[in-house]
Amino acid sequence: MDDILQQSLQQLTEIQSLAELDLLRVHYLGKKGVFTERMKELGKLPPEQRREAGQAVNLVRDNFQAALEEKKLELESKALDARLASEAIDVSLPGRGYGGGGLHPVTLTLRRIARLFENVGFVVVEGPEIEDDYHNFEALNIPASHPARAMHDTFYFDEHTLLRTHTSPVQVRVMETGKPPLRIIAPGRVYRCDSDLTHTPMFHQVEGFLVDESVSFADLKGILYEFLRLFFEKDIQVRFRPSYFPFTEPSAEVDIECVICGGLGCRVCKQSGWLEVMGCGMIHPQVFEYVGIDPESWSGFAFGMGVERLAMLRYGINDLRMFFENDLRFLHQFRAS
Amino acid sequence: MRFSEAWLREYVNPPLSTDQLVAQLTMAGLEVDGVEPAAGEFSGVVVGEVLALSPHPQAYRLRVCQVAAGGSDPLTIVCGAPNVAVGMKAPLAIEGGILPGGMKITRSALRGIESFGMLCSAKELGLEENQGGLMALPEDAPVGADFREYLQLNDVSIEVDLTPNRADCLSVEGIAREVALLNGIDANSQVVTDNPVTCNDIFPVIVDAPEDCPRYLGRLIRNVDRSAKTPLWMIERLRRSGLRSLGPLVDVTNYVLLELGQPLHAFDAAKLQAGIRVRHGVAGERLKLLNGQEITLSDDVLVIADEKCPLALAGVMGGAESAVDDATTDIFLECAFFAPTAIMGKARRYGLSTDSSHRFERGVDPQLQHRAIERATQLITEITGGLVGPIVEAVAEAHLPTRNPIVLRESRVEKLLGLSIPRDQLTSLLTRLGLEVELLPEAWRVTPPGFRFDIAIESDLIEEIGRVYGYNNIPKRNPATHMELQPVSEAALDIERVKDLLVDRGYQEAITYSFVEPGMLAKIEPELESIALKNPISSDMAVMRTGLWCGLLDAALKNLNRQQSRVRLFEAGLRFTRVEGKIIQQKSLAGLALGSAHEEQWGEKSRGIDFFDVKSDLEAILRLASHEMKVSFVNGKHPALHPGQSAELILDGERLGWLGMLHPKVEKELGFETRVFLFELDQDKLLKRTIPVFKSLSKFPQVRRDIAIIVEEPVTAMSLTQCIETLSPLIRQVRVFDVYQGTGIETGKKSVALGLILQDHEETLIDVKVDGVIAEVLARLAQDFNAKLRE
Repeated sequence: MDDILQQSLQQLTEIQSLAELDLLRVHYLGKKGVFTERMKELGKLPPEQRREAGQAVNLVRDNFQAALEEKKLELESKALDARLASEAIDVSLPGRGYGGGGLHPVTLTLRRIARLFENVGFVVVEGPEIEDDYHNFEALNIPASHPARAMHDTFYFDEHTLLRTHTSPVQVRVMETGKPPLRIIAPGRVYRCDSDLTHTPMFHQVEGFLVDESVSFADLKGILYEFLRLFFEKDIQVRFRPSYFPFTEPSAEVDIECVICGGLGCRVCKQSGWLEVMGCGMIHPQVFEYVGIDPESWSGFAFGMGVERLAMLRYGINDLRMFFENDLRFLHQFRAS
Repeated sequence: MRFSEAWLREYVNPPLSTDQLVAQLTMAGLEVDGVEPAAGEFSGVVVGEVLALSPHPQAYRLRVCQVAAGGSDPLTIVCGAPNVAVGMKAPLAIEGGILPGGMKITRSALRGIESFGMLCSAKELGLEENQGGLMALPEDAPVGADFREYLQLNDVSIEVDLTPNRADCLSVEGIAREVALLNGIDANSQVVTDNPVTCNDIFPVIVDAPEDCPRYLGRLIRNVDRSAKTPLWMIERLRRSGLRSLGPLVDVTNYVLLELGQPLHAFDAAKLQAGIRVRHGVAGERLKLLNGQEITLSDDVLVIADEKCPLALAGVMGGAESAVDDATTDIFLECAFFAPTAIMGKARRYGLSTDSSHRFERGVDPQLQHRAIERATQLITEITGGLVGPIVEAVAEAHLPTRNPIVLRESRVEKLLGLSIPRDQLTSLLTRLGLEVELLPEAWRVTPPGFRFDIAIESDLIEEIGRVYGYNNIPKRNPATHMELQPVSEAALDIERVKDLLVDRGYQEAITYSFVEPGMLAKIEPELESIALKNPISSDMAVMRTGLWCGLLDAALKNLNRQQSRVRLFEAGLRFTRVEGKIIQQKSLAGLALGSAHEEQWGEKSRGIDFFDVKSDLEAILRLASHEMKVSFVNGKHPALHPGQSAELILDGERLGWLGMLHPKVEKELGFETRVFLFELDQDKLLKRTIPVFKSLSKFPQVRRDIAIIVEEPVTAMSLTQCIETLSPLIRQVRVFDVYQGTGIETGKKSVALGLILQDHEETLIDVKVDGVIAEVLARLAQDFNAKLRE
């Protein structure tokens, strides 16, 4: 038996692969293997020798089996090492598949504005862009020949059909059908017949309004103040300056401390330290009358802001016209958002 | 409105610096747009008088002047100005003086003659833009006086951008009233006394349109001195208010307009026939205006006419034929109140905007006319002399605007402003606003003054209270509102989700103009009726887009020109069409793809994008809305798309949109040198999602059988799969896993390999049953499509 052990162990050291190892295993341990055969031969021995001889075969077989297992582990480990080595790659190579696209900065800004207001229960509503003069002007207390009409450079299709000059007509449309309390945000495209360095004939506004039993100018101040600070994520100064819109009263322009120079005065704020970012006011009783809401029972505020202006200030864009040139080199800068 | 600060301070002089005053005006709603010094920075300039002149021996253009400058001896000054003359008074910069721009005046020799200073033009002192020779000063200018003090040049022009409701501030007196109110002090007002009538000539006035012209005052002034010059102080005030001097008669009317806010007009009386008639225009009548423009009148336009013809566009501009000029000796001075509704929009209709129309359409105090005409008369006679005729006044009291009393409730102030102001403080504030105030229990009854056209209802008063109290003194509050859950429709897919999907698949969002170039639109969507703008900003933005492809194609072309070879763009927005005369505005989503299928990457062979790459993007979108099983891609004909590579997307029997390759002809016409794929979907149809309904799962294993069939080339994959799917309830799914043409397949035919997934809810499928189904499938395919099993 010792010879067999010696021989088998010798053979084991010469094994190079798991396949060879398996052949060797079969040769010794298989159904017709060396050890099996030896065990079968035990029957030919006299009964008193069988026990001893059997123990001897088992011992040798166990030794061989242990050595085989060890060899197997060694070979497996080597094979794994080899695989790992062969499969190593340059992880710095770029990944494959889709390149990322991106949203337009106007959309990013619109989403940000909407989200801030939706969080406190405002609902997003849209309206038509081709409007009638009733909703764009009349119902907003801007009758024909009102000087304020001259301030809206309006695109017309015919005498009464036009491209909306602001998102305020959505206010009228919602109030015509909806019943207070109302909390609405109306984003969208608006159009003015004006084109130069600081004007494009199309741009975006967000109109917002809130109508409830007891809404005051103090509420308007509170909500817009918070909105602007949250939008810019900055503890900026905000001021409310009396102004005039035919559809609100009292009316105000909202200025923020110039986010470019921090209020010290620069080209963007024309040295004033302030930037005009919104118009707002308490909804004019005449507008309530037009839509059939009783101004004695309800009050409300409305506000409107230019989206490109906010986007420019937020992202430091210095040329309004970039927004509609759709230059991928410009648009790609906003992919990360 | 532009005015001189020094002029304002003659009326009201609060203890505020210029900066403080400007800030106060801005925060009261009178937004200051600009502050400009009245003159450049200079010093050491005095009033000089030229006593003697002699030619310069060395220089033909120069002259040697002896100029009195207040010292004991005249100074020798070398001067090159052509208008220098003996006896002339002009600003003189003396030794040590500094001119705008920092030029220092020293004693220096000019071509051998020492000059002790420099006689100056208005431009050199930063008063005017234009070079007009030496600035001639009036004869009474005190020789030797400091020039800045003499002309009060330590002054600024303040430009206020007034909102349309504040017509009351379109005058120095109005601004003064406002400043007084804000500072709680009193303002002076210009004292005007009636001028003695020195001639009895009158010119009759008939007002045919009293509702549009409730008050019309006129008077003759005869024998004005046509050589008279406007005094320098008036020229200076006009200049600092942005107006040029145009002779004393026009200057006075402009001056009173600035001072009191009342537009006036001076006609040359010699050019008028028989009497003034204020009437509406007759359609077709023509009138030549002061600016040379000839306009055609209509019957809703108010004119000032004589018995013969229209003389002026009332409240807007005078006529050229009746204008005063250098030869005018007799004038008819007009001072009227025109109703704002009569003037509104008229100037704009003729492309005009004048100081007069600006004021009348916003509202002039209807009580101001008498005072204004007397003030103008006083100034005219002071300057030009003349005989003053009596005032002729035509007034229709019934048509004069009335200021109705308004009840203001304390509770309303508090409700709308969110702030409680003590009653006494409010009463005093209302009084300071110039209102007549009557105390009521918990309220006031107030009557606004004539100049406040903007105060008519309670809200107007509350605005005024907020404004004067100071918006920044009103607290900030968080609105307390009803909390109400809002409906959230699960069947509505949010377009923002679709946008995000496209972004994740490599598309970049674009925003293009809603108006496009008509020629391009005609190439892309010739069959749709577009809507044209009446007043487009340019010819390439003249019609509303009937679809979103024009904008995307244009953007893609521009990006190709910027060396971008791979473009993926999408846009969401409205498309506009006219259908049977009605304007339709539909929400649309469109995309464009060109260039390589994937961004350049290592280890993968680069290939151009094809139809199915884009279709896969669309399928991903359709999956969001659970439409992917319901939408059919049917070969369709679109004028802008390749007829062999275009699909109409059909959902529930209606068109959802289009997908396809840009027609090679259009591709070439637009200047593309690459294939372009386009899609457009109707948002309203796309975004309706099916809410899932659970179906029980089969406990039994599924079986897959693959078959390959040969069919004619035009047979579509979808027709095959749809046919098979409906054949047996055991067929759960049909997949196309290969389409082959080439060796072994007859020309004009193709092999389609299909994988059928079968499963039963009741039992495990046995081969016999599956074979039966497959046989049935093959038989039906043979029947419907002449399909043969591929051997």
